[in-house]
Amino acid sequence: MAEMEKTFALHVPSSTENLAMIRDFVSKLGEMAGMDEREVMKLGLAVDEACANVIEHAYGMDHSKEVKIRALLDADKIEIVIVDNGQSFNPGGVRQLNLEELVAQRKNGGLGLRLIKSIMDDVHYQIVPGEKNELRMVKRLKR
Amino acid sequence: MPNAFGVERTEKDGVVLLALDGYLDAHTAPQFEKAIQEEHTAGRNRIAVDCQKLTYISSAGLGVFMSFIEEIRAAGGDIKLAGVVPKVYQVFEVLGFPALFDMVSTVDDAMSHFAQGIGTPE
Repeated sequence: MAEMEKTFALHVPSSTENLAMIRDFVSKLGEMAGMDEREVMKLGLAVDEACANVIEHAYGMDHSKEVKIRALLDADKIEIVIVDNGQSFNPGGVRQLNLEELVAQRKNGGLGLRLIKSIMDDVHYQIVPGEKNELRMVKRLKR
Repeated sequence: MPNAFGVERTEKDGVVLLALDGYLDAHTAPQFEKAIQEEHTAGRNRIAVDCQKLTYISSAGLGVFMSFIEEIRAAGGDIKLAGVVPKVYQVFEVLGFPALFDMVSTVDDAMSHFAQGIGTPE
């Protein structure tokens, strides 16, 4: 019998202080989906990176804003959607430098996005300038 | 809350030992950055970071290592990472850290690498 889809949501003030709560929320979902400890940590990391980007870049550390995370869990996958209405960014405009280049330039820009892409199976941005930025990412479950 | 993080500092045989404990993320990375900055500013550039109790790292934490390594090596020192647990090591690995940093099993290994000048690229 097909398992029912389950939807979960977490809204938190835009502050790095809340990254721990976000990781907790996502980790619980990973555990519910039957992921092992390493997979759970990686899922939490991908969402942490995405939310840290929202808090620091889209909202420029403005604590009055809200980070919205929606998660959908079914038998095959976990889908996470992160929505903000802060400043848009062009994910295609982030050039993927290698580690040596980043070190030479004293930059760590783009590392978070690289981690997200290496962890999640699908990563998709939908940017509606002036309205919302939506990051949708999917992790397929091993069965 | 699981965003507790701490840095404990000791010094031995001219090497500064920074023991990290807990979660190193965008919230706690500034604390680690300050700790490394203080050593570098004071001219203490032989730094071993004990990661045995580090349970989590995100790119903000990795960025601290990356932003200091070149200056610290230029000053004749190094940042060596000791005892990174497997769960955390996988994050370093994804980004290719083991090729760039001297990552060793134990603090004793880090100390002996400093003593023998091992692991610092030319």
